[in-house]
Amino acid sequence: MIHDSSRRRRFIKTIFPVLLTLALTLLPVFNNSSYVLSTLIFIGIYSIVTISLCLLMGYAGQISLGHAAFYGMGAYGSAILTVKFGVNPWLGMVAAAVFTALVAWAIGIPTLKLKEHYLALATLGFGVIIYIIFTQETEWTGGPSGLNGIPYLSLGKLTFNNDISYYYLVWIVVLLTVYLATNIVNSRIGRALRAIHGSETAAEAMGVNTAAYKLQIFVLSAVFASIAGSLYSHYITMINPSPFGFKMSIEFVLMAVVGGIASIWGPLVGVSVVIFLTQFLRDAIPYLIPGAGGEVEIVAFGLILAVIMIFMPEGLFRGLVDRWDNPARYRKTPSPLPSSMWEEDES
Amino acid sequence: MDPGQLLQLLIAGLVLGVIYALIAVGFITVYNVTGIINFAQGEFVMLGAMLAVTLHKYHLPLPLILLISVAAMALTGMLMQRLAIRPAKSATLVTFIIISIGISIALRGAALLIWGTNPYTLPPFSSQTGLEWLGAHIQVQSLWILAITLFAFAGLFYFFEKTYTGKAVKACVINPNAAELMGINPQSMSLLAFAIAGGMGALAGVVITPITLASYDMGLMFGLKGFVAAVLGGLSSVPGALIGGVLLGILESLGAGYISSGYKDALAFLILVLILFVKPDGLLGKIRGNRV
Repeated sequence: MIHDSSRRRRFIKTIFPVLLTLALTLLPVFNNSSYVLSTLIFIGIYSIVTISLCLLMGYAGQISLGHAAFYGMGAYGSAILTVKFGVNPWLGMVAAAVFTALVAWAIGIPTLKLKEHYLALATLGFGVIIYIIFTQETEWTGGPSGLNGIPYLSLGKLTFNNDISYYYLVWIVVLLTVYLATNIVNSRIGRALRAIHGSETAAEAMGVNTAAYKLQIFVLSAVFASIAGSLYSHYITMINPSPFGFKMSIEFVLMAVVGGIASIWGPLVGVSVVIFLTQFLRDAIPYLIPGAGGEVEIVAFGLILAVIMIFMPEGLFRGLVDRWDNPARYRKTPSPLPSSMWEEDES
Repeated sequence: MDPGQLLQLLIAGLVLGVIYALIAVGFITVYNVTGIINFAQGEFVMLGAMLAVTLHKYHLPLPLILLISVAAMALTGMLMQRLAIRPAKSATLVTFIIISIGISIALRGAALLIWGTNPYTLPPFSSQTGLEWLGAHIQVQSLWILAITLFAFAGLFYFFEKTYTGKAVKACVINPNAAELMGINPQSMSLLAFAIAGGMGALAGVVITPITLASYDMGLMFGLKGFVAAVLGGLSSVPGALIGGVLLGILESLGAGYISSGYKDALAFLILVLILFVKPDGLLGKIRGNRV
């Protein structure tokens, strides 16, 4: 039984990335409507942020309710550098990421000493402050109306100014992020992070420099979010503060938790579920309840979210994989323990 | 610095502060009894206010409106505990945060559905609108708010210190495990905590509406500020909520008056972050050891 399930699991782990990459590559051949592509581009951009959040939440066990701030710093960094100073977009993206890393480092040193609710609150406070800076520093950010005329990214003769090229660009970055994250998770750092998640004091007693690891992963996570923000800027080509507020931070946490925070593929599931659910509700509700507006969609969204969390607290991805792996365990008693670890590579 | 203006800002801050304190009481009671940070707390404030606005259209007297609204939200809080919190027994901290965020999104959506995006108002509780005192212009509604909150806090004090049920809740707040060993049922205490949270939230919403207007999206900021107040006060006691709330309200009001009104929310959170860095357990926090 155990052998069977571990073999099956190893099989999934090898085959899944290959299948996903293949499906992603071929998809535009079958359907290249801009509706589908732009949805997938957003799923990609949000996935990058959510994966970075999962590294922080699922592995290091540190919550962040202010990740939209890093995402926004990438977006605004790119926008300001390219629009106001005419910097090359790629260079702008790197500069924004470096700046975000510095801010995350400075913020992280005092913040990561905090625990649980206090950490949640401090990151939340930081997120709100950054959001208010976006809306108030009109000279730089254009205030509430924002900035427009952000240039497209280009590579030699290829300009990423249509959905199909941007789709490939974004998903290459997503797969790179997944690759990097998987490597980190299965390395010495990953083990140290899981130890911190399990018990910080115990990890420290075993000689893990918890403060340094937490800070590193926090900065890395911020850099991923910043890059995703830059990608957003160069896709939409105009920005305003609204997608970078507290609601977005919450939405990122939501996507992460729905997919399951302690996995690298979970975020892709979580982001897709949240985005498709939103789209589906938008389409289905006027049909089911004639005359109903977008408000019903919000109600339904909130309720579905709560229900998923009540009955599958380990997230959809983890929850479904576990149930498929070991259905007997779930026949009578629902999930006794949220499985908090992504299994290590069998050695 | 004009003393009249200073006084006016201080009073405005005090009023805002007691409102935050009422909301913080909800956070603190629920957190200490159940270990959950209830992000739907702000929606109780909004729903209480909106319900009061609707009841006012039927020309009910204001005290009755206040009572109905508080009772209805206490009931909503209990419903939330039964339907959303109780079924998720083994959930982790983050999961409970997400569940309560889900509920809060649903409640906000429901409010949007029922009341739309327009802001509504209630008339002030008495016909006289303002008075001058030492050069400061004071809204009479402010005095009403202070009086009603004072009354509410006196009621809470009586409940927690003098009644058997209140002492049982307090016992859960101090040590849930010991309380359970003494035969206190944690489920009914949790239900009661949510009722208190709903009721106090609604009270805050109804009394502040004549000053700030009520709209479907008011819950988010009120909820966040209430949370900040709760943490400033140490997240552990009702007097702490009052001190944290008033401190936050006054700082916010002075910041808006003397520094920048655009940055007033940022200032509140900046102070919060600074205090967390210096004194991570809140200003009145208990000293706790690390648990392995």
